[in-house]
Amino acid sequence: MAEIKVDCINETCPVPLVETRKALRKAFKGDIVEVTGTHQSSKKEIPMAMKSMGLELLSIEEKNGVWIIRIRK
Amino acid sequence: MNKKATLIVHSGDLDKVYSAFIIGLGALSMGMDVSMYFTFWGLERLKEGKLDKAPLSRMNMFGLGRWMIRRKMKQAGVASLDKMLKDFVELGGKILACDMTMEIMGVNKENLRNDVISDYCGVGIYIKEAMESDVTLFI
Repeated sequence: MAEIKVDCINETCPVPLVETRKALRKAFKGDIVEVTGTHQSSKKEIPMAMKSMGLELLSIEEKNGVWIIRIRK
Repeated sequence: MNKKATLIVHSGDLDKVYSAFIIGLGALSMGMDVSMYFTFWGLERLKEGKLDKAPLSRMNMFGLGRWMIRRKMKQAGVASLDKMLKDFVELGGKILACDMTMEIMGVNKENLRNDVISDYCGVGIYIKEAMESDVTLFI
């Protein structure tokens, strides 16, 4: 199982959402995708997208305005 | 089956084409299937090298408004239309061109971005797809 990191720091709408989707399409089942970003709406939208696609959200953390979302495909 | 979004891009204005691509990309990212139908002034944006060579729908001021908006977008880190189109196609979005408009506007297939256009079609195909869609927009 691979762990894929997606850096979306200082990126704005819709880049974090799009880059997350791109990484997930390339990932294999069981892989973990970790997205890091600063755009606040995306922090809410990425979990919504995961829910609608039926993917497992492992964790959401935020420190000093930088959030980290971990997803399992 | 995935949910579906179908967008008509009638306007060729920079701000509206941006909106169309942001919505299209958002829908793809949420796991939907997306088709964007380019017609009338929207078709201009599918010509080779014309994707972002567009005026604003309001306050264009002979290009000054456009220049200001583009500068602001750059500062805010908004992705370019080139990147958005590339991502749209990579995520499986479909770009369709209206063949009737091509005829009346004198646009040939050779002038259009055939590398991104997945099909040429008429209103029937759009309606058929719109009937199966959960989101439809006319931009």
